Amino acid sequence: MQKVAAADAADAAAAEVLTGAEIVVRCLRDEKIEFIFGYPGGAALHIYDALYRQDEVKHVLARHEQGAAHAADGYARATGRPGVVLVTSGPGVTNTITGIATAYMDSIPMVVICGQVPRHLIGDDAFQEVDACGVSRPCVKHNFLVNDVSELALTIKKAFYIATTGRPGPVLVDIPKDVTAQTAPYRYPRQIRIRSYAPVHRGHPGQVRKAVQLLRDARRPMIYTGGGVVQSGGAAAAALTDLVRILGYPCTNTLMGLGAFPASDKLFVGMLGMHGTYEANMAMHHCDVLLAVGARFDDRVTGELSTFCPYAKIIHVDIDPSSIGKNVKVTVPIVGDAGKVLADMVAVLRGGGNGGAGGGNRHLGGWWKQIEEWRAVDSLHYDRGSALIKPQFVIEKLHEVTKGGAFVTSDVGQHQMWAAQFYNFDRPRRWINSGGLGTMGFGLPAAMGVRLGHPEATVCCVTGEASIIMCIQELSTCKQYDLPLKIINLNNRYMGMVRQWQEFFYDRRYSHSYMDALPDFVALAESFGHIGVRVERPGDVEGALVEAISDKDRLVFMDFITDQTENVYPMIAAGKGHHEMHLRSAAGGDGGAPAERELA
Amino acid sequence: MEERRRIISILMENEAGALSRVAGLFSARGFNIESLTVAPTEDSTLSRMTLVTDGDEAVIEQVTKQLNKLVDVVRLMDLTDDRHIQRELMLVKVEVTGEAREEVKRLVDIFRGNVVDVGETLYTVELTGAGDKLDAFLEALSPNRIVEVVRSGISGIARGGRALTVR
Ligand SMILES: Cc1ncc(C[n+]2csc(CCOP(=O)(O)OP(=O)(O)O)c2C)c(N)n1
Ligand SMILES: [Mg+2]
Repeated sequence: MQKVAAADAADAAAAEVLTGAEIVVRCLRDEKIEFIFGYPGGAALHIYDALYRQDEVKHVLARHEQGAAHAADGYARATGRPGVVLVTSGPGVTNTITGIATAYMDSIPMVVICGQVPRHLIGDDAFQEVDACGVSRPCVKHNFLVNDVSELALTIKKAFYIATTGRPGPVLVDIPKDVTAQTAPYRYPRQIRIRSYAPVHRGHPGQVRKAVQLLRDARRPMIYTGGGVVQSGGAAAAALTDLVRILGYPCTNTLMGLGAFPASDKLFVGMLGMHGTYEANMAMHHCDVLLAVGARFDDRVTGELSTFCPYAKIIHVDIDPSSIGKNVKVTVPIVGDAGKVLADMVAVLRGGGNGGAGGGNRHLGGWWKQIEEWRAVDSLHYDRGSALIKPQFVIEKLHEVTKGGAFVTSDVGQHQMWAAQFYNFDRPRRWINSGGLGTMGFGLPAAMGVRLGHPEATVCCVTGEASIIMCIQELSTCKQYDLPLKIINLNNRYMGMVRQWQEFFYDRRYSHSYMDALPDFVALAESFGHIGVRVERPGDVEGALVEAISDKDRLVFMDFITDQTENVYPMIAAGKGHHEMHLRSAAGGDGGAPAERELA
Repeated sequence: MEERRRIISILMENEAGALSRVAGLFSARGFNIESLTVAPTEDSTLSRMTLVTDGDEAVIEQVTKQLNKLVDVVRLMDLTDDRHIQRELMLVKVEVTGEAREEVKRLVDIFRGNVVDVGETLYTVELTGAGDKLDAFLEALSPNRIVEVVRSGISGIARGGRALTVR
């Protein structure tokens, strides 16, 4: 502490005088920011000029501010480091709002710097003026308007500190143009303390011991984890894996939590929730002790709350106290970082001389027997003999061809669910999707951020023909920065997920869900300078994927013409419980009449 | 679960936008605000708010957790269940002609208020107290005499040694 303070004091003495714009860039450098994603405009021009005069912080020019925000978000999700966005005032910042809200809902660390009109014009309805703090307030963790250049560096430091600690989230810093022209001595604080903000790290040891005891005494235990385990860092996923294996208990992940526990492990029962597996949801429904870690009991996960986990005592570990007890009653609440609490639980388990597999729980055999019966229902089965390309088949093949090692981003719809169900993620941060806000248009720009963060990795974007159009302009960014993404367009000529709901719940009145007048995606990709491929027969799927994935230099846009009538199963209808899942009928695959059978 | 009226004291950074964060939180999450008062403290970097809301136990737990989650909130305290003092300031313009002049004056004395402005036909009365005392005063006046009412909303503080400070 003292050393740091002394160093800070020394910095102050040696401080260089810089303009506000230069201070912004130097702060980013000193924060060790590799990339910023942005789009210039009047109020940000001083900052853009300062960027021009250096080469340490690399700017990535998106083609729309929404794309810039999603790209920064994808970078953050894949690397664990904060994503940074730079935009101009007015339309620049309003265009980022969807991206900011997407990051906010999934608790992604992000700092958005936006230009503002000069201070003397604020409130004047000046050209390109919008109240950025007001507009963003409901979807940021915090925001700042910088009124004084001498507070700029400290404010940016605070922004990064708030964005990356506790429950992470986006922080917006609004900087009037005249502030970026003023000068001040530059000093970037090495550490700060904010008296009104003190995130908790460690869980209460007494609560941790209580939780472990409850887990040991369980007859039908279940472990359910979410995005918090992924966000907490690699150590958290490792600790979770240890914990689950020591106990020998079944584990399910939410849509946001996939990869935190290896999908290839027998103890994994698949994703839970609206499109979760039969075994995951049934095990949730019947469990007597539920350990929830870094998950927030979202409505797509719980289904009808009044019938949710009716027999379970619940242990809830979360870094955000407000998540605990929000939707369900909790027996053992633990506020703390997922990774640290999981490691503490593992230490208690090991310390208790109960370290063997299965944790010596004699009830486990019967419980697993029951779970295996549910698993045998094979709730993800689909028609493998179809003459049409089944979207699930494409994802299975993608997994095979990439050996499960790709980063997979996604948009929103049926394709997203199939990617989640069929890619079988074994590692955290590999599955990048907008779970909370459900933002169509996220997949392509997010993939750009992922690839910039992992320049050697295979990065795939599984998308649908409706979603991809929403940020299609980013194909141009991919060209400029040589990002050889692999786009897997599961083209069913429908807003498939909308069509599915209309089929099930609106008597097949397909109101505005048919995608008419679609572009020729192959020609479109080529017009942006990429490779486009159309795949129309199941027999061509593997070959197309092999060829695309083996091309290390070019972006390949694969347009898979899939079965239009395919639906995502299993499904829990809104307002139903985990035990009221719809499964595909054994005859399967026709996707026409509501052929699903209900198992209870 | 039983709905209860709650009085919550909040110590916040005295920053631009602090109030809108609290107000925005309540509207976004559908919580009720019965009243909200705010002003800087003796330390000009801090604002003190008193918030009156209602809800069952689960709602109030969320209200306090969500408030605590706001970066600008330094500390908060639910005063409801402990001994505390609530005060509200009210200014009332009352029509007073003829006999009513004396009658209203007597009423003001009973309620320990003050007449702070006197006109030919109007008194302006100042009254402080807990909300129900102010309500009672208004009830005691005949309604057609009341010209205008301004209430500050409730400010609260704990009794005894309990204090909401940064230290
Ligand atoms: C920005 C936005 N607008 C609307 C929606 C609602 N919505 C959810 S899925 C979907 C259809 C997506 O269609 P497509 O991308 O073709 O995917 P598919 O379901 O066909 O796989 C729509 C419109 C959304 N999630 N995001
Ligand atoms: Mg589609």
